[in-house]
Amino acid sequence: MPTVSMTVNGRSAAGEVEGRTLLVEFLREHLRLTGTHVGCDTSQCGACVVHVNGKSVKSCTLLAVQAEGAEVTTIEGLAQNGELHPMQAAFKEHHGLQCGFCTPGMVMSAVDLLNTNAHPSETEIRDWLEGNICRCTGYHNIVKAIQAVAQGQGG
Amino acid sequence: MTDTGIGASVRRKEDNRFLTGRGRYTDDINRTGQAYACFLRSPHAHAKIDGIDTGAAKNAPGVIAVLTGDDVAADGLGGIPCGFAPTGVQAPHNAPPRPALVQGKVCFVGDLVAMVIADDLNQAKDAAELIQVDYQELPANVDPAKATDSSTTRIHEAAENNLYADWGLGDKEATDQAFAQAHHVTKIDLINNRQIPNAMEPRCSIGEYDQADESYTLYTTTQNPHVTRLLLAAYVLQIPEHKLRVVSADVGGGFGSKIPHYPEEALVTWTAKKVGRPVKWTAERSESFLSDTHGRDHVTRAELALDENGKFLALRVHTSASLGAYLSTFGAMSTTYLYAPVLSGQYIIPAIYCGVTIVFTNTAPIDAERGAGRPEATYLVERLVENAARETGIDRIEIRRRNFIPEDAFPYQTPVVLAYDSGNYAPILDKALEMADRAGFETRNADAKSRGKLRGIGFCTYIEACGIAPSNVAGAIGAGIGLYESAEVRFAVTGAVTVFTGSHQHGQGHETTFAQIVADRLGVPFDSVDIVHGDTARVQWGHGTYGSRSLAVGGSAIAVACDKAIEKGKKVAAHLLEASVTDIEFKDGNFTVSGTDQSKSFGEIIAAAMVPHNFPLDEMEPGLDQRSFYDPKNFTFPAGCHICEVEIDPDTGVVKIVNWTAVDDFGKIVNPMIVEGQIHGGVAHGIGQALLENCVYDPESGQLLTGSYMDYCMPRADDLPNFNLGFTETPCPHNPLGVKGCGEAGAIAAPPALINAVIDAIGVDIDMPATPEKVWRALQSRPQAAE
Repeated sequence: MPTVSMTVNGRSAAGEVEGRTLLVEFLREHLRLTGTHVGCDTSQCGACVVHVNGKSVKSCTLLAVQAEGAEVTTIEGLAQNGELHPMQAAFKEHHGLQCGFCTPGMVMSAVDLLNTNAHPSETEIRDWLEGNICRCTGYHNIVKAIQAVAQGQGG
Repeated sequence: MTDTGIGASVRRKEDNRFLTGRGRYTDDINRTGQAYACFLRSPHAHAKIDGIDTGAAKNAPGVIAVLTGDDVAADGLGGIPCGFAPTGVQAPHNAPPRPALVQGKVCFVGDLVAMVIADDLNQAKDAAELIQVDYQELPANVDPAKATDSSTTRIHEAAENNLYADWGLGDKEATDQAFAQAHHVTKIDLINNRQIPNAMEPRCSIGEYDQADESYTLYTTTQNPHVTRLLLAAYVLQIPEHKLRVVSADVGGGFGSKIPHYPEEALVTWTAKKVGRPVKWTAERSESFLSDTHGRDHVTRAELALDENGKFLALRVHTSASLGAYLSTFGAMSTTYLYAPVLSGQYIIPAIYCGVTIVFTNTAPIDAERGAGRPEATYLVERLVENAARETGIDRIEIRRRNFIPEDAFPYQTPVVLAYDSGNYAPILDKALEMADRAGFETRNADAKSRGKLRGIGFCTYIEACGIAPSNVAGAIGAGIGLYESAEVRFAVTGAVTVFTGSHQHGQGHETTFAQIVADRLGVPFDSVDIVHGDTARVQWGHGTYGSRSLAVGGSAIAVACDKAIEKGKKVAAHLLEASVTDIEFKDGNFTVSGTDQSKSFGEIIAAAMVPHNFPLDEMEPGLDQRSFYDPKNFTFPAGCHICEVEIDPDTGVVKIVNWTAVDDFGKIVNPMIVEGQIHGGVAHGIGQALLENCVYDPESGQLLTGSYMDYCMPRADDLPNFNLGFTETPCPHNPLGVKGCGEAGAIAAPPALINAVIDAIGVDIDMPATPEKVWRALQSRPQAAE
């Protein structure tokens, strides 16, 4: 079996995987980083979004071996020194989550949005989130949370 | 109101773990030595099985066991039970058995044919592909309206003509008489489109067997762990309930699809003992589409009789409702007693009759989906009301006002069983009209016209019956369980309060809302209250969460348990303060001798009760913990008015929602932030049904055509508007909190409001979902094209 090594949340991680092992399986099953979720099998729902080399990626769409040598950040790596990331804090403040299942992917995607476009319009936020499905919130409060961070009024 | 008490938008206790990736969903659990299960599912909608060859699969690498229906039968497992058989049927219940793995026949695409258990998941999947099944295909039917046709192939031996039951509610004779004397009759034929609930977390179950005490544990994604334990232990495994523990920690949404007890749960539990290792199964989304219970699927003709003044005289409904291929746990409840009893809506309708032909089709089993029966009823009533207004020339708001149950008529007995306890509908409508700027619609409409767009406004004034349910009523309508709720309040010597609730959280925020109730009731710090749910080994008993029941029933149980603790606390305080118990007052967490400054805090009373050095031991037991079993006196009856405004591009048929106003009366509100979130999500679910979502089976082959997120259109962020919310408050008179429930309201109110708006814009009737293609075709069908 091929071996793969990468940096996950600032720590080096390596393991033997089958060629068909997806990045999300490597994170969940090998590293037991279960914050990244699998909500579908067609790369539509976005529950598995992580950052690979700073960009948001659906980790069900990448083979683990494709992330060889990459810097991966998962939802577990977002808070620093016990302090929620502003996006996490804003989701809490604005009630942008209910069951919490889509939340890790939603937050990781939203962080990348603001890295890419610091002051998106509401339309741009909603368009960006097209690849993240939430069944609970109707997106209303997710959009509000992202707007609050963009305006420097997160949590 | 304190900043953490009832009425405060307290930020949620549970959020930190979800936001940092530390949720405890079932698939996040891994048990030492666990093996993995993969299910072989039927590729056919209807077929006989002449043979299954598992030889090659059994010899594949890593395979521990390959099991079929014969193995299930050999071990004497019971079938998957149904928890509800409606009373009031005109033809007998034809309940076919559902073995956990099929025997000799498959009845829908996704039916369970075989189970493979292997050391790892890929080995199980690879081996499943080696199983050879000899199918003999049979004609399939997916249409509820055709199920009883003589030309339709029978699915179950037990169900002649594919009929489960002919069921009816109301006074047929009085209804027919009223129609005979009507000044005007409005008729409508409609389809309430089949939905797939699509909780974002796929189902997952892990079975485990402990040889030491011969007990099982099932970790599973359920909305009601104790009900699942009862059904699985008593009916399938046929073991004492205490030998099975069901754990349902964090669950990623339910929406009704995680109420039923599923065969996969039974199979992983059964095989855990058989193979001597924990067995884990996680659904892939494709399996969820095929095998989660679906919702709705009604074909209905409805008629409303009116007098010359536009007053409603009678409502007559006939529905063909599908159960899918098998009876799910509460499948026949959504098609009967959660449906017809709300047909009176917010109106006085002197006579109502509803007949339902409940049938089997070659499709996934039907069970509750957010609203469960009440969206179907509300949709037809509100469509009829607006059509009747158009046909009689009465304004759509005016016709509602003329027929509203007036404020002084409560409690109001409807002709379809329910007695509404409270309500005040006109102020809700007034507030909604003002918030939606109904008066300015014509100006906006003219502006839209000038831009070549079609603008429409639609209304829904809905009633909901929730807070399910008084146990004697549950028994009278055919439920196999009571529907009270239990709570236990436990105190730690150092002051912390732990509440064990039979309600189950899968997004509703109970850990926060319930803690607010306790903090408010006992006057203890919010942060000192922890809520425990979702584990039959920790929680005494419970019926779980569905039917917008958690706050009204589960929350009331918590309030009653708190009140019992206060009552005992008064006796303790009386002893400590050397006063008569009748002189002790409890307020804001302090027990005070009336008219004095002598008092003891709740924390001091806890300590005195649990370290009883100075305690009336000859009069009372030590300790302060209390338990309650709260049985509601009635359903609760939230009501509201939702107003939707749309703009349609006549060239493309695309419907854009330009305004959504919702005014709801949920009685007393504990956490407004959470309630607003429930409305947002419920409305989004309803908009999904009305505009985007449609579960489609091929009418010939019975194949599921909408089996992925590429084919089944879930609402995305760019499909939805912001929501404009308002509230009125008519407290529930019969529960200790005055609360009514809010989880399903949006999904009930949204579809008729939206479709009524589309019809207002395009001028012709249309069925859900109003996709661009359907709207465009409807526009072309009009006698004259839009100006």
